[in-house]
Amino acid sequence: MADIVLDKVSKSFPDGTVAVQDVDLEIADGEFVILVGPSGCGKSTTLNMIAGLEDISSGELRIAGQRVNDKAPRDRDIAMVFQSYALYPNMTVRENMAFPLRLAKLDKETIDRKVDEAAKVLELTSLLDRKPANLSGGQRQRVAMGRAIVRQPKAFLMDEPLSNLDAKLRVQMRTVVSRLQKQLGTTTVYVTHDQTEAMTLGDRVVIMRGGAVQQVGPPQELYDHPKNLFVAGFIGSPSMNFLHAAVQDGELHTALGKVPIGDRVRRELEAADAPRELILGIRPEHFEDAELVDDDTRRRGMEFEAPVDIVESMGSDKYVYFTVEGEKASAAELEELAADAGAADFAGAGGNLVTRLSAESPVAEGQTRRVWFNLEKIHLFDPANGRNLTLHEGRAAGALAD
Amino acid sequence: MSINATPTGADVAADETSEATGQRATVPTQRGGRRKPPLSENKKAERRLGLLLCAPAALVMIAVTAYPIIYSVWLSLQRFDLRFPDQREFIGLENYVTVLTNEFWWTAFGVTTLITVVTVAVELVLGMGLAIIMHRTLVGRGLVRTSALIPYGIVTVVAAFSWRYAWTPGTGYLADLFSDGAPLTERASSLAIIMLAEIWKTTPFMALLLMAGLALVPEDLLKAASTDGATAWQKFTKVMLPVMKPAILVALLFRTLDAFRVFDNIFVLTAGGNETSSVSMLAYNNLIRGLNLGIGSTMSVLIFITVAIIAFVFVKLFGTAAPGSDDGERR
Repeated sequence: MADIVLDKVSKSFPDGTVAVQDVDLEIADGEFVILVGPSGCGKSTTLNMIAGLEDISSGELRIAGQRVNDKAPRDRDIAMVFQSYALYPNMTVRENMAFPLRLAKLDKETIDRKVDEAAKVLELTSLLDRKPANLSGGQRQRVAMGRAIVRQPKAFLMDEPLSNLDAKLRVQMRTVVSRLQKQLGTTTVYVTHDQTEAMTLGDRVVIMRGGAVQQVGPPQELYDHPKNLFVAGFIGSPSMNFLHAAVQDGELHTALGKVPIGDRVRRELEAADAPRELILGIRPEHFEDAELVDDDTRRRGMEFEAPVDIVESMGSDKYVYFTVEGEKASAAELEELAADAGAADFAGAGGNLVTRLSAESPVAEGQTRRVWFNLEKIHLFDPANGRNLTLHEGRAAGALAD
Repeated sequence: MSINATPTGADVAADETSEATGQRATVPTQRGGRRKPPLSENKKAERRLGLLLCAPAALVMIAVTAYPIIYSVWLSLQRFDLRFPDQREFIGLENYVTVLTNEFWWTAFGVTTLITVVTVAVELVLGMGLAIIMHRTLVGRGLVRTSALIPYGIVTVVAAFSWRYAWTPGTGYLADLFSDGAPLTERASSLAIIMLAEIWKTTPFMALLLMAGLALVPEDLLKAASTDGATAWQKFTKVMLPVMKPAILVALLFRTLDAFRVFDNIFVLTAGGNETSSVSMLAYNNLIRGLNLGIGSTMSVLIFITVAIIAFVFVKLFGTAAPGSDDGERR
């Protein structure tokens, strides 16, 4: 077990493309850190550099305080789990799990004991003599995990280990991974493109974009206090709503009406180079059916009316899609997020507002509904650089803060 | 004379293909015999269509391979020497007794086996090296692959002649460089040169087949082996080779069958002198030169049987099963 430190680690390829740029990251001993981001953001490259499967172009990588830049993967004492599981097809489950131990030249008894222990933890005992070809996806995934844990390595590196499983099994395996990591207390770096996995699994989440780290923090912090537009849009499902907002006479003119702003945001906007156009971000759960809001709460927000497009009832609550008029928010980050979601060329998703209302709301498709939203939970972003203007000392305080 | 020689001569070339069809034909019947699921009308119609579509190819195969084979088996059971056509008669297996008790046959058989074993073994090692180089090359990949394949692209007889001239004192640089006398006039050095020419010529073919196998090894598997603590050699022996096993077996099978029928190089380099004849060479000498259709056909049939045994052993004993299946089921 050990800590992992990335000190200005960069990766550039001979053709000039920079895959990873100056990543600074300190992963404490026993910590579970998630690297998340859209495809091509450099998360897998970062993981491969930690594993030693790719060279580090510049910067330093330390495992347990020791510089390992030039060490081969086999001298780093780390175990890796791959998306494809990478099980050796010619070996049985037992042989697969024993492979790293055999290479480490342990004696046969120790190997058998360790494999049996690991198999017990992962409930693989009855499968030990099968070959990978005769296992289901979930079983293969567990064997891959087993092969990693038998060695008791300094760290686990996992490259989208659950991405090949079907949805239900993925949720189930998520808890298995989480429990296993807590039990063993081994430092773990986990790469995923799935923000739900990132939110649910990690002690800390690292959000990457274009080879650079956007924000590092515990999941809840990233969710509540996103540093920029990209983080705000990436974390959360359904994702945050973004609206165009024009600054005019100390107010924000948006499709939801005129939004008042507090002193702090006003001060930000008084600076000479302050943008005149902003992007207003608000999460679906910060909306509520106006009928269901008590007076006390009502005062902290404002209301608007809009036609209901679609109602999706989830049982516990309702996702209601409203059609709102007005200019669409546009920024490089938003386009990138849309591209990652595969919706870049799909205009049908635009112009809609996603809200999450209580299940008691009698809202129906086709009607026009009055909706309340919480001004304290609003984020304002600078479209030019994506910075969150409502963030003060790492805390978001909404548009009204003084 | 030539009319008689043509079909019998063709069987040497044809036995490889007929062997393959024979294999393919037996598989479905075996399966069908094991379990008989009730067929729906639709399935029946589909099967009938399948048979109809196969029929033309099957007929052509019968015409060009089955007939020559049967004809040469028929010839091998007769005393039939074109120099003495009057003495033609059916003599059963007597020709086989003659050939199998003949020391020339067994010398040729030994030479052929030696050439087969040595060349295939050396080609496997060299071919693997070449395949890895071609697989790993990042710059000038096309150039590397093309140049590696040049020997295989040259007509065997042409290549054999260049080797002959190169090893002939006076005309060749190799003879002057490596020996005092004429290496192609001594048995040991002749055999070595024949094997060298064979290896030079067909290593690229081996490399090509093995490269296809290399491409089957997933990159993740090698990465996993690296993090599991394997050295480069361990990755090769414990991960790559087992995954490539089917490709290696196919390459070995092809090359073994080819090597066992070695002819061109020997024909050009030594013409079988100094006891360097292969079995194909011996069959040719009896059949075409000696005009002894009976004995020549017998030898052809024996070569065919040997080749069939080799193929059978490869397929059955080593199995062409993909790695990972528990029961070693075929394909």
